[in-house]
Amino acid sequence: MSPAMIDLLWQGLLETLQMVGISGLLATLLGVPLGVLLVVTGPGHILPHRTVNAVVGVISNIVRSTPFIILLVAIIPVTRLIVGTSIGTAAAIVPLTLAAIPFVGRLTEAALREVDAGLIEAAQAMGATPLQIVVKVLLPEALSSVVAGLTITIVSLINYSAMAGAVGGGGLGDIGIRYGYQRFLPEVMITVIVILIILVQAVQTVGDRLARRLNKRVKG
Amino acid sequence: MIELKDIVKVFDTPTGPVEVLKKVSLSIRQGEIFGVIGRSGAGKSTLVRCVNALERPTSGAVFVGGVEISRLDGAALRAARRDIGMIFQHFNLLSSRTVFDNVALPLEIAGKSKAEIQQTVAPLLDLVGLADRADRYPAQLSGGQKQRVGIARALALKPKVLLCDEATSALDPETTKSILALLKDINLKLGLTVVLITHEMNVIKELCDRVAVMDHGAAVEVGEVFEVFSDPQSEAAQTLVRDVLNHDLPQEAARRLRPGNPPGTNPVIRITFTGPSATTPVVAELARDVGVDVNILHGHIDYIQGRPYGVLTAELSGGDAAVQAAFAHILGKSLKLEVLGHVAGND
Ligand SMILES: Nc1ncnc2c1ncn2[C@@H]1O[C@H](COP(=O)(O)OP(=O)(O)OP(=O)(O)O)[C@@H](O)[C@H]1O
Ligand SMILES: [Mg+2]
Repeated sequence: MSPAMIDLLWQGLLETLQMVGISGLLATLLGVPLGVLLVVTGPGHILPHRTVNAVVGVISNIVRSTPFIILLVAIIPVTRLIVGTSIGTAAAIVPLTLAAIPFVGRLTEAALREVDAGLIEAAQAMGATPLQIVVKVLLPEALSSVVAGLTITIVSLINYSAMAGAVGGGGLGDIGIRYGYQRFLPEVMITVIVILIILVQAVQTVGDRLARRLNKRVKG
Repeated sequence: MIELKDIVKVFDTPTGPVEVLKKVSLSIRQGEIFGVIGRSGAGKSTLVRCVNALERPTSGAVFVGGVEISRLDGAALRAARRDIGMIFQHFNLLSSRTVFDNVALPLEIAGKSKAEIQQTVAPLLDLVGLADRADRYPAQLSGGQKQRVGIARALALKPKVLLCDEATSALDPETTKSILALLKDINLKLGLTVVLITHEMNVIKELCDRVAVMDHGAAVEVGEVFEVFSDPQSEAAQTLVRDVLNHDLPQEAARRLRPGNPPGTNPVIRITFTGPSATTPVVAELARDVGVDVNILHGHIDYIQGRPYGVLTAELSGGDAAVQAAFAHILGKSLKLEVLGHVAGND
């Protein structure tokens, strides 16, 4: 492989990391609160609110059920509004983030639901506010599961980022399509795939280890 | 200290409304250990959860320290709850926090400073005997140790009332004893009012001053533990007491009982000793002074709140005159006497 090609792949890797990193971060910052909202407004929880719960639930389901490739093009006007352009790495971050928010939201929701109702009750008996219950009980108790959910999200984002690349977002997926497929350079295609496999493997390993470290429910 | 007035609680269930508490009124005094006992589903937890407003009564009022807690909400309710500690059957400790941080949680919630938290938690861990476990996680503790953490946590905000919902039901008998001793110790040291739910009469016997017996959503009997034990009025209380004191007639004797009082049979009697009379040497007196033969079938002495309470089942023989004299002697001692039936003399 030529030094120029290696340079190109290196560039692509950085773009992929940038897309996944930023959209993963934004999706966490927005998706975790979304998950909290879905849980606490649920029936019998600390801030039950049927309307809010239903509206938030339906919106997040709409986003989740839209195929990513369609979401990608459907929100081009929004993307242009936010980043000023609809092509390039920065532009790809918008649809990636949008797709990942409800994903993180639902995984967080599932993690928080696992928290024993007795703990919430104990906190209420201590005179905790709903916010204190979320911050001091729900999130810390569910942290290990939330981290496991974020790991799944990041792996999915690596996958989706390759698709975003295909419509001009850059990154490894873009290189794989343009050089590996269109110019028929199988060694480039294979390299791209191997890098992606290593990336996914690394994310999963780190995520698993972190989740295990955070889980204090087992002896040790 | 705690007043429950005509508490009614109705739950709406898919199969229609269910009345779980039916006009329960109780008055719990400052500094006492008050037991609530009853079968599973009797409404004990629901009743006690009304005290810290985890449950709202459908009608009726709950006063704690003169404040009508059942009417409070928001910040006022949260402030009132800080005066009421609670411990749970399944401990409800945060698995993500160490022992120290679990005990610190109510203090954090109340907005105490780091220094204040340090100063409060350490002596509490000493009190419950867990000073050397401060950095452990709950998963690394035994059940008894977990409940000790729960107790320390419940005491962190220096409450005036401690609610215990089946606090020892998940523990073995030995550990139960040590937890009950700790609760007694705390009650004496801190002058705390303790409300203790249990379905084990032994726990009541060991620890409580007064007790309420719950049955199907009603408080069917309320009184001093000794009174309820020695002279249960309601059927629910009688069943509970019988289970612990076990003064049923032995099967062998019950089989021999004959109905009525046919000639040539001997009476089987039950004498109940309470308080000072429990130490009366009545059997010796009957044999020596009255001249009846006393054939003891079953006997049992128990100590409730340090007061002796005994039950003796025996067959009397020696002729009608002697038996009548024996009855008179027993009643003269103001002991409780019941004739359970008659058995054939030499069966
Ligand atoms: N939130 C609820 N919704 C509907 N029914 C309820 C609810 N909470 C309790 N109940 C019912 O109320 C009754 C009394 O329950 P409660 O928990 O107070 O009983 P308990 O005396 O504490 O029993 P246990 O000894 O099993 O703990 C039960 O029949 C229970 O099924
Ligand atoms: Mg209960």
